[in-house]
This record gives sequence, C-alpha cells and structure tokens, in this order.
Amino acid sequence: MSLTKQELDEFREEVRAWFEENKPADPGFLLPLSFMEVGTDEQFYFLRDWQRKVYEAGYLGMAWPKEYGGHGKPQALQDIVTREMIRQKVPFMTNTIGLNWAGPLILNMGSEEQKKAYIPGILSAEDIWCQGFSEPDHGSDLGNAQLKATRDGNEFVLNGSKIWTSLGRHAKYMILLARTKQNTNNKYEGLSFFLIPMRIPGIEVVPIRKLTGEYGFNQTFFTDARISESCLIGKEGEGWQVAMATLAFERGAVGGQAGGHAMMSREVAEVVALARTAQRGGRPAIEDPTIRDRLVQFVMEERSMMLNSARSRIKALNVDRPFSIPMSSKLVGSEYQRRMNQFALSLQGANAAYYVGDDLAYERGQWQRSYFNAFSATIGGGTSEIQHNIIGERVLGLPKS
Amino acid sequence: MLDTNKKLTITFGEEQEQLLDIATSFARDKFPMDKARARIAAAEDFDRAVWDEMASLGWLGIAVPEEFGGSGLGLAEVVTIAEPLGRNLAGTPFVSTTLVAQALLKAGTAAQKQEWLPKICEGTIGALAIVEPHGDWNLAHLDVKATEAGDTLALSGTKTFVTDAASAGLVIISVSLGGGPALVLLDKAALGKASLEKEIVIDETRRSYRLKLDGVTVPRANLLDQAQTAAALKHIDEAACLLLAAEACGGTSGVIDVVVEYLKTRKQFDRYIGSYQALKHPTVDALLALEAARSHLYFAAGVFGQGEEGEIAVRMAKALSSDALAFASDRAIQFHGGFGFTYDCDAQLFRRRGVWCEVQHGDAAYHRRKLADLIF
Ligand SMILES: Cc1cc2nc3c(=O)[nH]c(=O)nc-3n(C[C@H](O)[C@H](O)[C@H](O)COP(=O)(O)OP(=O)(O)OC[C@H]3O[C@@H](n4cnc5c(N)ncnc54)[C@H](O)[C@@H]3O)c2cc1C
Repeated sequence: MSLTKQELDEFREEVRAWFEENKPADPGFLLPLSFMEVGTDEQFYFLRDWQRKVYEAGYLGMAWPKEYGGHGKPQALQDIVTREMIRQKVPFMTNTIGLNWAGPLILNMGSEEQKKAYIPGILSAEDIWCQGFSEPDHGSDLGNAQLKATRDGNEFVLNGSKIWTSLGRHAKYMILLARTKQNTNNKYEGLSFFLIPMRIPGIEVVPIRKLTGEYGFNQTFFTDARISESCLIGKEGEGWQVAMATLAFERGAVGGQAGGHAMMSREVAEVVALARTAQRGGRPAIEDPTIRDRLVQFVMEERSMMLNSARSRIKALNVDRPFSIPMSSKLVGSEYQRRMNQFALSLQGANAAYYVGDDLAYERGQWQRSYFNAFSATIGGGTSEIQHNIIGERVLGLPKS
Repeated sequence: MLDTNKKLTITFGEEQEQLLDIATSFARDKFPMDKARARIAAAEDFDRAVWDEMASLGWLGIAVPEEFGGSGLGLAEVVTIAEPLGRNLAGTPFVSTTLVAQALLKAGTAAQKQEWLPKICEGTIGALAIVEPHGDWNLAHLDVKATEAGDTLALSGTKTFVTDAASAGLVIISVSLGGGPALVLLDKAALGKASLEKEIVIDETRRSYRLKLDGVTVPRANLLDQAQTAAALKHIDEAACLLLAAEACGGTSGVIDVVVEYLKTRKQFDRYIGSYQALKHPTVDALLALEAARSHLYFAAGVFGQGEEGEIAVRMAKALSSDALAFASDRAIQFHGGFGFTYDCDAQLFRRRGVWCEVQHGDAAYHRRKLADLIF
C-alpha cells in the first residue's frame, strides 16, 4: 500500500494535533533522558502510562501485524509519528528494548506462540523487556559471555551474572545470551539465546548508581534459576547469530522496529538559543567568531544525519558501500550528541561548573546532566570504538582487529 | 535563520540516476588510475578524443536549454558527471566549460547566447578567468580593468588559474569597469593578443594558465549584460563550489579505495596493517566524512539556485567535501609509510587534488564564516 503525499500530509497534521493535545504536562520531577536511565518508580510508572496512551491512540506498532496487536499499516505512517514525537520532545517510549529489538526479533524468528504471548504486551508496555548481554568480565567481547545455562531435562538452569541491565527492576522478560555448552572450539558455538521471565526464583536485580548520581541500570544475578526449554529462540547453540540479528535491530541497521523514540536528543537549535543568552565580554556569546564557527559545524553535522537518512533511501546513491549509512548512524548520532552537549557546557562560562539542583545552573543543570547521559549511547549498544571496528570490517572490508 | 526542524529531502531523478551510472563507467574506462601519471606527463592538455566523446554524449549541454542545443536539465545533473570524473582524477575542461555556459546563461546578451551556447554544446571549450594574483576569494575584488575607448574596451592586468585556456574557444573574464564589476567575453582573436603562460600548480592533472591582458582590446559588444554581473558572479561562484564539491566527494571515495587496498594487502609484524586500529579507525572517520559530504552534495544539487536555501546548502557541501578530501588524502599518505612519500603512490595525487578543490572558491573556514552570517 503506498500513500499519496496528500494522505501523508493529512496524517502528519492529525498526529501533530494529537501530540500537541495529549503530551503530558511536566510531572514535577526530573524525567530520565533515555530508556537506559529509568531510575525511580515514579519515573517508570509515568513513562509506562505514557507509552500505553500512545499505543491506545494507535500510534505505536503501526506497521506490525494486526493479529499481535499491531495495526498492519505502512511503515511511512509510523515514521511520521516517530519524527513528530522527536519534534515535539514528548517523553520517549520506555519499553524500547521490547519495541525496537526484542519485538522485531520475535516477529522475525519467534514461534507463533511466542509472538502471541509477547508482542501485545510489548506494545502496551504491560510487559517491560530488558537485555541480558553484557557481563562483568565480558562486554565488548560479547561472544565470550559465560553465564551458564545448563540443561536439565526440558529445563535450563541459569548461573552467573549479567550487568548494566537497563530497566532490569521493571522488566517482566529478558532477552538473554547464555552459554549452553562449555569448551567449544570457538567461543561463539556454545551460546544460546533465550526469552526468559524475570520474576522467578533465583534471579535478583541490584541497582547500580550511575555517573549522574541517579540510578538507571542494574546488575542481575542468577543462582540456580530454572527456565523452560521453550524459552529458547533460535536453535540451541545458535545464540550468536540471534544476538547479531538483535544488535542489527538495536543499532537501527535493519528495519522492523515498532517505532517511537528511545531517548531525548538535544538539538543544535537549543545550543544556538543558549549561545544567544550566554555572555562573552558583556555581549551574547553568539557574536563571538570562534563560537559561531563551532555552531556552524554543529548545524552542518545535524543536517548531515538528516541528509544521510534521506540519501540512504536512494538506491543509486548507495552503490559502492550500501550499508555504510545504516551501519554508521548509531556511531555518528551518539558522538554528535556527546560533543554537542560538551560544547553547550563550554558556552556557560564559569556557571558551567554548577550542577542539577543549584538555582544558578543554566536551565536547572540540564546540560550537565545530558552531557553525562550522552555517554549512555557512546558506550551502550556497542561502544564507539567497537562501531569503528565493525564499520571498518563490514563496510570497508578491512582485516579484523 | 535556518529552520533546523524542517524535513529535508533529496531529489534524485531518473536522468541523474542514468547519468551517474554512465559517467561512472566512462570515468573508469577513460581515466584508469594506473594511467594517471601518463595523463599528467602528456604534452596535450587533455585527450581530444575523450573530449569529443563527452561532447557527443551531450554532457556539455546538460545544463543548457534546448533552444541553444542543450538538453535543458540543470547543474544537479552535471554533478552526477563531475563526481565520478573526480573519483578517477580526470583532467578535462568539463567543469570550466560548464561554468562558462552558466555565465553566458546568466548574463550573456541574446546575441552572445545565440552564438556561443550551441558551440559549447558541440565541444567548444570555455575558460573562466575570475581569479587574480591577489588570490582573494571575493570575486568582486578586481584589479583587472577595462577602460572604454569608443566602441572598444582596453583591458589591463592579469588573471590567474584560467584552466584550459590554451584550448579555449572563448574565455569569460571579470573586470572592473567604471568602478563596478563587469564580465567580458574574449574570443580566439582577442586571446591571440593576450599572453598566456602555463602555471605550475599543485594539482598536476589540471592545466592552468596565467592570462596577461595588457594591450588587449575587445569590441564593446563583447561585454555581457552589466545589469546581471553581480548575479552572474554569485551564480558562477556557487556553481563552481557545487562542482568542486562533487569532484572532492568523488576524490574522497577514490582515495578511500586506494588506502583500503593497501591496508588489506600490506603486512607488518605478521599482521595486515588494516587490522591496526590506529589505521582502521581514522579510515572509518574518512568514510563517515565522505558520507556526510556526499549527502550534503546531492541535497545542494537538488536545491541549487533556490535563493538562500540553495546558497546555504552549497556552502555546506563545499566546506564538508573539502575537509573530507583533505583528511582522507592526508591520512592516505601517512598510512602508506615510506611508499606514501613517493611520487609513485596515488595518495599524493589525491592530496594535490584536495588542496586544489579546497582553496578554489573558498576553503571550509571561509564558507563557515559566510554560513554563520546567513544562519545566525
Ligand atoms: C547506559 C548503559 C546502558 C546499558 N544497558 C545495557 C543493557 O541493558 N543490557 C546489556 O547487556 N548491556 C548494557 N550495557 C552495556 C554495554 O553494552 C557495554 O557497556 C558495552 O558493550 C561495553 O562493554 P564493557 O562495559 O564491558 O566495556 P569494555 O568492553 O571493557 O570496554 C572498555 C573500553 O575498551 C574499548 N574496547 C574494548 N574492546 C575493544 C576493541 N576490540 N577494540 C577497541 N577498543 C575496545 C571499549 O570501546 C571501551 O572504551 C549498557 C551500557 C550503558 C553505558
């Protein structure tokens, strides 16, 4: 089904109006900036209600099949919604791991029962998902994950620990990468991938305080936790392939996500506004030539991302290195955010040294907080260094590091 | 002020797609990289047979209206040819001739357009003389003078970086006339009286000349429409930036291929050097810079000439593409080790091309300065 420009425009108007009318009022407490930073119950319930409201309005999972709670509509409509959510800076969709990677994964390779059991709850935010990939000793080297899943009849027994588990305290389910076979020839062979329940005996979630002083992610301990073999997705021993497919969804390199944004991004327009009020020698900082030059560079960079995304849809302009743009968007976007936030601090003069809570801090210290939180995306989901390796190897064909 | 929320789309039509495809094969066939040094050493400024082929493919008239023998498309289509030519470091009068046609379209009199545009479409080479020894990027900074003497204009002064001038059938020069800027057309007869000296330029694939105009006179009829001069100079400047950006994007892609090939085949300490992240990661950064510049390029091509939006887009494309090629080619020299220091290594060819593309019509910092004033 393809839609005319007029239909798309009309839909955009409708969506715009809906979000303008329904966007939640300031809750009176600080909201997290991404799904990786949901630290308190009040934050969580607020965000969960908001996602449910968006879903019930028909604006989430628009392109997912109807039989599992989606709307079976063209992806273009969902894209319009997601863009509008970003534009209006409404709170993000907190069940991101479900919506944007576990969900598409289950739709792609899950069984009929798994789809029926999991997809509707992902959309409504009834069932929150978390991700159990990283371990204390193995993060970037994900293929070396050691958490043990030992077969016992038609069950597996889990022992070990996962760490940096975002949303772990609120999650009903986890996508889990675990080792079902020891001493294989190659580290990837012994891995299997599971969709597991979190609220079972033997699983304990312990919050970890993050650099901003708030809570967000967790460590998850597994002690003889028993799960059914029906939790497997993909074949036993083929967990690495499933994990790679998941990461492709996570990094946006492959489509199929339910939509909605996962984090609050800063925009260059906000930095420009800041530069108009910040002072240099009694004048607005934006009059300083060196600051203007930096600002122009950020304007160009922000445009680059929009234009890359526009160009990636034109096949003839992606002949030589077809995966270059989709595979690099996470790296480019997250590093941009980090540097732009850092620059925003430098505009604030001596007051850049204030932090959230001091009434002389610019915009209540939001820039300091968003600068620190920007590292969530340059580290989480595969660090920027690892992204460089992946692009070098898969796009340019360079030898493995 | 720029609306950073506006949704940006890149228009890329069927003609562009076809041209890009054809030009990519053409550039590969006619300008193979292993013959780059032979092309540099050649006595002729360019390969006449290849040029004739480009003319017969209709490439010189792409952005010329049909009434003058062109195909009535625009510079967006020209970009799809300039980019692959840039990738293979082709040296042809394609860009200079295109720019001369643009100058005529913007400011030529009816008679000048009638006379010259059809010839250009058929292969007459055009050269543009708008830069002067002071090297200022401001095209209105004119020391070259035209003085009226009855029905003739007496010219004086020197123009630099007049590429392909020795083969040109016409040259368009910018002059100061009665205190204001003007454009004047020189035909073969007038050129015969000027002195043309070959310049030694950093990009050896280019053929550049210094044009000394002292003692040259031309009929007043050779003056382009003076009322249009300012608009024409702005148009030429932007068109030149767009096509230089296309060449620079092509070049960046070309030099990434060169360096990647070396990183995949050269071994040290028993490992391919491309496995070292000190080399791998900057090479990826060069790729990211290319992707960004190229997205800006095709956006700028699509909105070319559309007032302030067009100007902003073309300045961004020029700034980012010069930086991309500068970075990629600079690192390419370093990553070839001792071989990178040789004349034989292709990295230097791209580095030289990069300097040219960067410093003609304003470097990145210059355009960012202009952008700041447009945007903030
Ligand atoms: C906010 C946040 C939320 C997260 N949420 C989750 C989650 O929900 N679930 C989950 O499973 N994980 C989560 N993570 C974990 C994240 O995926 C890992 O932190 C990440 O993959 C890096 O692993 P590590 O922390 O072990 O660092 P390490 O792998 O130890 O890396 C340390 C440093 O070494 C560099 N490095 C490592 N290997 C290489 C190499 N081969 N080449 C070059 N440099 C290298 C890294 O780039 C990094 O700079 C989250 C992380 C953050 C920051």
